[in-house]
Amino acid sequence: MNADIRPIRTPAEQAILASLGTVPEGGDRLADLRRAAARSFEENGLPHRRVEEWKYTDLRALMREAVPVAGTAAVAEAEARARLLRGVEARRIVIANGAVVPELSDLADLEQGLVVTTFSAAVAAGDEALSRLGGIVPSRYDASLALNTALAKDGVVITVAPGARIERPVHVAHVFAGASAAAMYTRSLVVVGAGAALTYAESFEGPDGLAYQANAATEFVVGDEAHLDVVRLQEDGASAFHLATLLFDVGRDSQVHTFTFSLGASVARTSLYATLSGADSHVGFNGASLLKGRQHADTTLYVDHQVPGCESRELFKHVLDDASRGVFQGKIVVRQAAQKTDGRMMSRALVLGDEAEMDNKPELEIFADDVQCGHGATCGAIDDELLFYLRARGIPMKEAQSLLVQAFVGEAIETVEHEGLREALIERAESWLAARA
Amino acid sequence: MALLDIENLHAKIDGEHGKEILKGLSLKVNPGEVHAIMGPNGSGKSTLSYILAGKEDYEVTDGTVTLEGEDLLEMEIDERAAKGVFLAFQYPVEVPGVATMTFLRAALNAQRKKRGEAEISTPDFLRLVREKAGHLGINQDMLKRGVNVGFSGGEKKRAEILQMAVLEPKLCVLDETDSGLDIDALKVVSEGVNALRSPDRAMIVITHYQRLLNHIVPDFVHVMNQGRIVRSGGKELALELEANGYAEYQQDAA
Repeated sequence: MNADIRPIRTPAEQAILASLGTVPEGGDRLADLRRAAARSFEENGLPHRRVEEWKYTDLRALMREAVPVAGTAAVAEAEARARLLRGVEARRIVIANGAVVPELSDLADLEQGLVVTTFSAAVAAGDEALSRLGGIVPSRYDASLALNTALAKDGVVITVAPGARIERPVHVAHVFAGASAAAMYTRSLVVVGAGAALTYAESFEGPDGLAYQANAATEFVVGDEAHLDVVRLQEDGASAFHLATLLFDVGRDSQVHTFTFSLGASVARTSLYATLSGADSHVGFNGASLLKGRQHADTTLYVDHQVPGCESRELFKHVLDDASRGVFQGKIVVRQAAQKTDGRMMSRALVLGDEAEMDNKPELEIFADDVQCGHGATCGAIDDELLFYLRARGIPMKEAQSLLVQAFVGEAIETVEHEGLREALIERAESWLAARA
Repeated sequence: MALLDIENLHAKIDGEHGKEILKGLSLKVNPGEVHAIMGPNGSGKSTLSYILAGKEDYEVTDGTVTLEGEDLLEMEIDERAAKGVFLAFQYPVEVPGVATMTFLRAALNAQRKKRGEAEISTPDFLRLVREKAGHLGINQDMLKRGVNVGFSGGEKKRAEILQMAVLEPKLCVLDETDSGLDIDALKVVSEGVNALRSPDRAMIVITHYQRLLNHIVPDFVHVMNQGRIVRSGGKELALELEANGYAEYQQDAA
């Protein structure tokens, strides 16, 4: 028997463990998942820097205290605070303090083949779609996901019937509208049937002054020959904690493109797990983060090529001002069966602040012998020659920097296919730069 | 008053052991004049152009430079541009992700703002660029692309002249604008430059070769060597240099 080397539980861990005692009940399968997740948290606790996947984001040290689970938000407050992506024509669902606000959500007149329900309603009704929940399991214990599985109260469940091509994006707007710091756990599930198409957006926002905690997980099950675009805009308040997990199971001959944009929160961790289980699919996982002050944003990506002939492309851009810290960990795994895999991953950081830091960790693990894979990571300041050129044409320093930063981030944002969403993201980048100047 | 007045300019590469490049250079340029500066490699021609534009890699150790009586060396890089200094780069850089149109507009409006003028309207701007670009054989596709991205050497030089035409500077410094150009491109670029000659505008044309000066005919020719102007004359001096080379000046200095 091993000696007990478990570290002393932090106040945050103790508080979370106390809340796990009240894991909500659900259908049998969900209840099992919740209990298993709670148990794994009890065993492992919050990860720390000696856990490789969390080396640069020591959750145990960063999350000093747990806050109580958020109570119901006032509708007017939620409506006033949900501002992101408002200009984009979309079916909008508002989640405030971790629960869908029916008064602000557009759940009626659904397009043919589209089903949208709330997670809580799906659980209460024993919805068939929930049988897909928990289908993608990270190879290692993930504390953020485990807590989400154990504690998620609400979220959305979206099903697109085979062959249905939904033109209008579905936008799930998460907002924190509480008066004091609280925690929110939301779980969503998106099932895109064979040959179907969907554009899904999610946004996160809340007030700057409160150290609230948002934990959001979304699972995407993408059928054969399906098309899914995901846009994620994270602008949580400056003191907030943001933990996100996105899980993908991608079928044959499919197209999946995601863009994760991180601008907010004091500490943010976005984990993406993708399992390519059907041959000949094309996936693109792209993203950007714009950080300032002492913000910390970690993007961790795991792409598992299990079958032959898939192409994966990853492009992440990080802009680090002041004393902010960016983390990118990306791993492409190519299983022995996954011949003819074409995988390329690139992470680029532009360091603006004297005290800013970037940690880049790209990895390839290849067991097949006929593949094309590559990765790269760069980290640097704005090119002086480019700055001089722009300034020599009369453009002042700050404006020249803004133009170059915008161009740097723009290369990644350009990969967003939906025009309205793409323009909205460009506007958010411009707004970030304007606030800097 | 001279437009540009350089007096006994000494400059070295920035840093503790930076090499001295300019060693007492003096030059007066009046409005309407075109001055050619010729000289062998390493004589300090490009350094002079960078110092006028304000590049931070050099340190001026002695001497003065004034533009219309104002101390040029005290001005920020963008301020110099707004006051009318334009450097056409020998090697224009590529700026991916910043469309030429966006760049031109940002530059023009920044300069106008600094001079207390109103921003140019979108229709006026489009008309202005379209007209100037047409003369230089620059098409719409090039204007939409990132600044100089994927441009050939000749296209980059034409794009520099387009910027110059749109920004309408008082002092144009052309740093080896002829390098890398074939005969046809040289003609287009020279015509673009000649179209900008005006009684209010002066030009400093830096080149190794007489060939460019057949197209852009200078009022004065200066020979530079070892960081100084060692001889000045009229346009016939360029022909003499073409025939005899720079050997005589290099020996003088040795």
